Amino acid sequence: MAEDTTRTRPSVLDWSTDWDHLAAEWRDNPYPIWDELRATCPVAHTKRYLGAYLPTTYAAVKAIAYDTKNFSSRRVVVREVRPEPPMPSPPISSDPPHHKPAKQLLLPPFTPDEMKKLEPRARAICNELIDRFIADGRCDAAQMYTRHIPVRVIAHMLDVPESDGDQFIQWIHEILELGITDDDILMKAVHEMSMYFAGYVEARTKKPGHDLISRIIMARQDGKPLPPQEVLGMIRLLLIAGIDTTWSAIGASLWHLAKTPADRQRLIAEPELMPTAIEEFLRAYAPVTMAREVVQDTVIEGCPVKAGNMVLLSFPAANRDPAMFPDADKVILDRQENRHSAFGLGIHRCVGSNLARLEMTVAIEEWLKRIPDFRLDPAFPVTWSEGTVRGPRQLPFIFG
Amino acid sequence: MAGGKVVRVRVDPDKCQGHNRCKALAPALFELDEYGNSKEIGDGIVPEGQLEAAYLARANCPEMAVEIIEE
Repeated sequence: MAEDTTRTRPSVLDWSTDWDHLAAEWRDNPYPIWDELRATCPVAHTKRYLGAYLPTTYAAVKAIAYDTKNFSSRRVVVREVRPEPPMPSPPISSDPPHHKPAKQLLLPPFTPDEMKKLEPRARAICNELIDRFIADGRCDAAQMYTRHIPVRVIAHMLDVPESDGDQFIQWIHEILELGITDDDILMKAVHEMSMYFAGYVEARTKKPGHDLISRIIMARQDGKPLPPQEVLGMIRLLLIAGIDTTWSAIGASLWHLAKTPADRQRLIAEPELMPTAIEEFLRAYAPVTMAREVVQDTVIEGCPVKAGNMVLLSFPAANRDPAMFPDADKVILDRQENRHSAFGLGIHRCVGSNLARLEMTVAIEEWLKRIPDFRLDPAFPVTWSEGTVRGPRQLPFIFG
Repeated sequence: MAGGKVVRVRVDPDKCQGHNRCKALAPALFELDEYGNSKEIGDGIVPEGQLEAAYLARANCPEMAVEIIEE
């Protein structure tokens, strides 16, 4: 995926009036950009992307996430085009009152108790992956480990072949990264994905199983099954939302542990810190940035915002706000008070948050059990994805 | 009872979005419904030894939905 991250774009001269989340500086290290904006211009604007705002304080991000009247979820990605009508993927693209019934269909399969059933398979997947490279003494952890874990777990949940994972990853790359600037690539990927799952939907409508696709088909809203387009939309959403997000979160966590031996040793010596450590990795390296469309003129934290603009809703920037998190720029494995927004705030809280936490915990625990000593390989660069989901896409490690 | 006072926890159902942080940090005090939304168990009274867990639950709720009431 690194080959696509070098497209040239007009340089940003002033981040408060011309920000660009596809700029190379943002991709490689966005935190100084956000810190400066938070101090000088907490709701920045750009004319790029047909006009969009960028809030960087926790208070502004929270206010927008809670204000579903003025900020619609009908578009959840800041892109260079805004085709009409936006493609619905309920519930992420739904506003009240349509949001709640759609979300309630998806919530029961993702409760903590349901996630516990996946834990043995998730641990086995991690160990199968580690088996393939541990003897080499080195690996690209993003390509050989982190990218395969969420995709195989979700394939397991959907009961489709885990070996189709590379195809899923390619579609998601086309939708979430290339699709920001190229609508044709996005539409093609969505179409291919829909065709792929239409076959499963047809087969399981006739003969349902216990998998997630069957559960969505069998779900009833006001006593009626969902229209076929909504069934496909939900399945697409589960795949898009559940793969490179957690891939990124696991990768960023391992990247931190590779470059911070003291934290790595502490986590091995005090495994009971794992739950707070996972929350802290989620706060400090939150992978997911969402978006809203301003549908009525309003004011956020004293800044007027105009209808027709998009908002880049940066939960990662909110999580670095020192007004909300003391020592916001430091990773503190046993942080006691941590109301981070990595999974969003308000009604659009990530449906898969319990799954993401399970996958992160299992992936880091199994890695540390098998490879307790590892560091960045100085011979190769670490590269990061761009756009809506941020995480390492090349993560060269040396063991021992 | 804790320190002579009655301390209760309560989840504001209008604020809870099912992040499950309270359930993870204080499983003896909270229960989840089929959608993963949280509610205090019973009358929410925090037994001796659960006070720290109750405060942690409050300190980690992203929606500020966990209340602690001291009577």
